[in-house]
Amino acid sequence: MPVYIGKRLLVAIPTLLIISIFVFSLQKLLPGDPILAMAGEERDPATLEFLRAKYHLNDPIILQYFAWLGGILVGDFGISLRTNQPVLELIGQKLPVTIQLAVMAMFFAMVIGIPIGILAAVKKNTWIDYVANIVALTGLSIPNFWLGIMLILLVSVKLGWLPASGYESIFVDPVRSLQTMVMPAFVLGNALAATLMRHTRSAMVGVMSADYIRTARAKGLSPREIILSHSFRNALLPVVTLLALLFGELLAGAVLTEQIFTIPGFGKMTVDAVFNRDYAVVQGIVLCTAVGFILMNLLADVAYVLLNPRLRATL
Amino acid sequence: MAGAPILSVRDLTTSFRVDGEWKSVVRKASFDVGAGETVAIVGESGSGKSVTSLSIMRLLDPASSRIEGEVMLSGRDLLSLSEKEMRAVRGNEVSMIFQEPMTSLNPIFTIGRQISEVLTRHKGLSAQEARAETVRLLEKVRIPNASSRFDDYPHQFSGGMRQRVMIAMALASRPKLLIADEPTTALDVTIQGQILDLIKVLQEEEGMSVLFITHDMGVVAEIADRTIVMYRGEQVETGATEEIFHRGQHPYTRALLSAVPKLGSMENRPWPTRFPVVDMKTGLAAEPVEVAGTVAHGRTPLLVVRNLVTRFPVRSGLLSRQTGAVHAVENVSFDLHQGETLALVGESGCGKSTTGRSIMRLVEPAAGQIELDGYNVLRLDQVGLRAMRKSVQMIFQDPFSSLNPRMTVGAAIAEPFVKHKLGTTRQAKEKTADLLEKVGLSADMAKRYPHEFSGGQRQRVAIARALSLDPKLIVADESVSALDVSIKAQVCNLLLDLQQSLNLAFLFISHDMAVVERVSHRVAVMYLGEIVEIGPRAAVFDNPQHSYTRKLMAAVPVPDPARRGIRRGISNDELKSPVRGMDYLPPKREYREVSAGHLVQLG
Repeated sequence: MPVYIGKRLLVAIPTLLIISIFVFSLQKLLPGDPILAMAGEERDPATLEFLRAKYHLNDPIILQYFAWLGGILVGDFGISLRTNQPVLELIGQKLPVTIQLAVMAMFFAMVIGIPIGILAAVKKNTWIDYVANIVALTGLSIPNFWLGIMLILLVSVKLGWLPASGYESIFVDPVRSLQTMVMPAFVLGNALAATLMRHTRSAMVGVMSADYIRTARAKGLSPREIILSHSFRNALLPVVTLLALLFGELLAGAVLTEQIFTIPGFGKMTVDAVFNRDYAVVQGIVLCTAVGFILMNLLADVAYVLLNPRLRATL
Repeated sequence: MAGAPILSVRDLTTSFRVDGEWKSVVRKASFDVGAGETVAIVGESGSGKSVTSLSIMRLLDPASSRIEGEVMLSGRDLLSLSEKEMRAVRGNEVSMIFQEPMTSLNPIFTIGRQISEVLTRHKGLSAQEARAETVRLLEKVRIPNASSRFDDYPHQFSGGMRQRVMIAMALASRPKLLIADEPTTALDVTIQGQILDLIKVLQEEEGMSVLFITHDMGVVAEIADRTIVMYRGEQVETGATEEIFHRGQHPYTRALLSAVPKLGSMENRPWPTRFPVVDMKTGLAAEPVEVAGTVAHGRTPLLVVRNLVTRFPVRSGLLSRQTGAVHAVENVSFDLHQGETLALVGESGCGKSTTGRSIMRLVEPAAGQIELDGYNVLRLDQVGLRAMRKSVQMIFQDPFSSLNPRMTVGAAIAEPFVKHKLGTTRQAKEKTADLLEKVGLSADMAKRYPHEFSGGQRQRVAIARALSLDPKLIVADESVSALDVSIKAQVCNLLLDLQQSLNLAFLFISHDMAVVERVSHRVAVMYLGEIVEIGPRAAVFDNPQHSYTRKLMAAVPVPDPARRGIRRGISNDELKSPVRGMDYLPPKREYREVSAGHLVQLG
């Protein structure tokens, strides 16, 4: 297993290099001059030139890239042009917020999506299956921002049960933290739940017609044992892979959700950085996300191997 | 049959709902299975034999199926039990083993867990007791090192060993009745022999009854006390196995029996011989016709293979370094003349299919020489390869998956002709019509799609497609193996007809010794990538010299009920693997000439 993980991490290096080139050139290709943005009202050519020199913007592009990459390797992601804080520090502040949101959203997605998916598969082509599909399609179709606003209106404004916005660290006040996060996590998890439900259903339908399920029935096992242990464990394999892919959707969704609920997380930081042309921050975010993605996929692959004895043997 | 029957089925009728209408697939089946008795249900696909067994177990989906009649198990009607009561019967009083040992075990649970599940479920054993009992069961089905294999997963077992695990699972609760649904069909013939022997021995030890579902008359003859013949959902004949075989009344029974290829039926026949055609109304068989004098001896062979070697690398480790190789084909040499059929026989993994593919360069051989119709095959570039493939075509085992479902069969047959630019569209159409007639179909079927044909017809289509380039050699890779016996006989007859009329050479790849004996001029027996014995068909079959050839022939079930008592002596031999390490040097092989052209490997 350690060999396998090591191998996968080695393979990740070229991927990250390609992403870094892409991220770096993105900045160069985008319209708008960061120096102008930084200088504000200042239009004195000497000042602008000074700033350009300070940030090595006059060097050959290859050198700029390697200087930038070299910095990243030692943890120097540059300085936010906006707040003058180191990018790494900024990300370090915001990331835990979004991780909490993501974990809670994933929790909602799984708690809703997987059981309904199983139920729909077991009751295939009955009204239960149809209703589950309608619910799933509805969940997929409702835009996050609309559902978010509606929930705020209903739960916070009308009923006054939960705070409409704001954030509290889970380490400072866990109860308050969960209260503020429940709604955004639900909104974010909702769309994922629908995807998860559809995939769980199709995986379960496939497994339920397998020969070994017939064997399990011929053994006289109860439907409960057959569905939960013999079928679901097998159906889990494709679902685990899907979870890693959903991680991307989760981050994309977080951008919007955090905006609606004004949560000071990674997503909100992304939006702010893009609008402010805070390139160093945008670059840091994209790289962080890429690393996160690779880690999630690695995690999924490891889980896949652990769940599948056939692959376990090859390690 | 002494005493009250264990299982008594009366007027069993099973229907499926197809597009809102009930369609019966088993009609009014009635039979008994006595204590300690083995009853076989035999029939071809669509006869309803498997549905009968699933109906008894009530394993069909209740939403789309309906079972009527009476299934009495020791005085209790299974059809009137609640689902919960039925669960206490399944795997307990009646258990079942299935055709596909590869897929019938759950891949993510250890085999130990899957067997002990039955014991904890039905016998209320604790986990520890169940473990001990499971090990005893594994020993009972003769799995070597039983106790150390408890925690192994299904993929760590071969097909034959998995079927033993299935049998152990079925026996766990000491059932009164074991239903075995084609339990040996997917296995190699030597492994099939082992499993049949095992079932017989265990039946005696446990005193249980067996309901054995099969399509193979050879297996029936060997295992069954009584036999039920089913045909299109009807039970056409029931009786003692001996009666059925020697004095079968129903025309279908006779047709079935005469279509069964029998090993040893070719004594004193010098040429390949067509299967007798049976009139389905009268049950009378026409005298089979020999196919004489097609082989063009004396001329240059159409195909010359010398020292052919094909290996597939086995990689492992951090850097995926090659750590060994599958020696699929090792130093294989043979000739094939125009109008001749050379059979390559052997069990899974012996390299017979890879040899066929190597000759067409569908896989790249590592070394050797292949001369085919004047082409030096291994030296050809892409253009030459394309031209060469006009001379050699292939027919595969599964006609359904080798025909594009979205292409009419006419388009499929015409495609090679069109792609090789051999003529106009009109000529292609004419050619297609002509080919369809040649393979016994009608020209107007060209507009239909593969799913509109039966299995046998689809294989005829595949043959027509192979013929559209007027090849000189056809590589038939298990081309009749998946077909029902009566269809198999027809398709074999067709191949023989075509050989006579078109002077074709066949490389006939098959594991079925009885079919091979019938259709081939010469036979090469392959084992672990090497030819261990090669020679004229009569010489190899009448005077087998190599121990593996003998073993292979002894394992073939012969449809003769006199062999009912046969025991091969239970062995645990597994098929050996041709995977070798990097330092493996293939030994130098010597051959001894037994008689003219009959060579056997020494050593």
